[in-house]
Amino acid sequence: MSARITASVFTSHVPAIGAALDQGKTEEPYWQPLFAGYELSQEWMRGNIPDAIVLVFNDHATAFSLDMIPTFAIGTASSYAVADEGWGPRPVPEVQGHPDLAAHIAHSVIQQDFDLTIVNRMAVDHGLTVPLSLMFGQPDAWPCPIIPVAVNVVQYPVPSGQRCLDLGKAIRNAIESYDESLDVQVWGTGGMSHQLQGPRAGLINADFDAAFLDTLISDPQCLAAMPHVEYLREAGSESIELVMWLIARGAMGDLAGRPAPSVEHRFYHVPASNTAVGHLILTEPDLENP
Amino acid sequence: MAIDKPYLDIPGTTVFDAAQARRGYWLNQFCMSLMQADNRERFLGNERSYLDEWDMTAAQKQSVLDRDMNAMIALGGNIYFLAKIGATDGKSFQQMAGSMTGMSEDEYRAMMIGGGRSIDGNREVGETS
Repeated sequence: MSARITASVFTSHVPAIGAALDQGKTEEPYWQPLFAGYELSQEWMRGNIPDAIVLVFNDHATAFSLDMIPTFAIGTASSYAVADEGWGPRPVPEVQGHPDLAAHIAHSVIQQDFDLTIVNRMAVDHGLTVPLSLMFGQPDAWPCPIIPVAVNVVQYPVPSGQRCLDLGKAIRNAIESYDESLDVQVWGTGGMSHQLQGPRAGLINADFDAAFLDTLISDPQCLAAMPHVEYLREAGSESIELVMWLIARGAMGDLAGRPAPSVEHRFYHVPASNTAVGHLILTEPDLENP
Repeated sequence: MAIDKPYLDIPGTTVFDAAQARRGYWLNQFCMSLMQADNRERFLGNERSYLDEWDMTAAQKQSVLDRDMNAMIALGGNIYFLAKIGATDGKSFQQMAGSMTGMSEDEYRAMMIGGGRSIDGNREVGETS
């Protein structure tokens, strides 16, 4: 008996999406096509609620200022407050952690040569709560515990694609060595193409995004070799968040010699505020009922 | 040996690297202080005197007073920190980002609805589309 990974979910985490949801604007013409793209996802989620989610995201100058900038941090707390990012906290449930599994992952992953920072107090911002809203809607409580993995993608240089892919593999090893029968999903968030600063703000590169999604599905090892400057140049300075998708992708079984994942859902939409929104659900094939 | 920075020729873009972050340390930390409601109130009550409590350069303070986002970025600011000033002023990310492009709010919003700024002609300085 051990824990296993059942699926990975990938989604952008634009703050304006959270605001649109919280303010009841999902049916407005601007937002309707975006939320329509997640209807299938919410239906899939209802039938596939895991025992825990390892949620890879980045903090946007909320819990971490310039005083401390951990490259990779894992939350081992029992709960996480929803942050006030300057507009007041989002009206969403507090996030419950999974301290036992999180501590196990921290222990295992550090012993696999990733020097994680361990965090026991952290307010979580839109980077973590917007993906939850997109996948779960607006419940009174989130339906499962969350283990946050925060990645520095704000101050350059950020970790390389290869390092992120390898961290995903290490997280998989950690989960599979946990002695309890749990179904776990790994989520990667952020992106896709966007730039929020300077005269080039508003950049969107749909061709880059489509190729990124294709390669993420079919050849993540190749994608991991893409240098940072290509993200910055081709898809905008803030698109570098996409390296976090490689962590979730690295946790899938095909990178450990098992069959390729199935594509449950794929969606792309421009714009949400300044940003291109991309979304994928990948599932492990041939999982037996535990 | 100097560090290779292959991103310096991307037009209209300042990469927030370790050197920029060092330059903008106090500017960004001032922004963090605006996450507290009482600090937002004090700042709006007397911007100059609030800024004078921080070890920022005169140019950084002036860029904040002018709400000149491009100047703040050049002086070491990062958008996720500067967004706290926008939140204090009641501005969205789209209004802040748009303010750096020389376009009006309506023009910028229309560009985004039309699919965003094209990459063609925007890959490197001097490129023609």
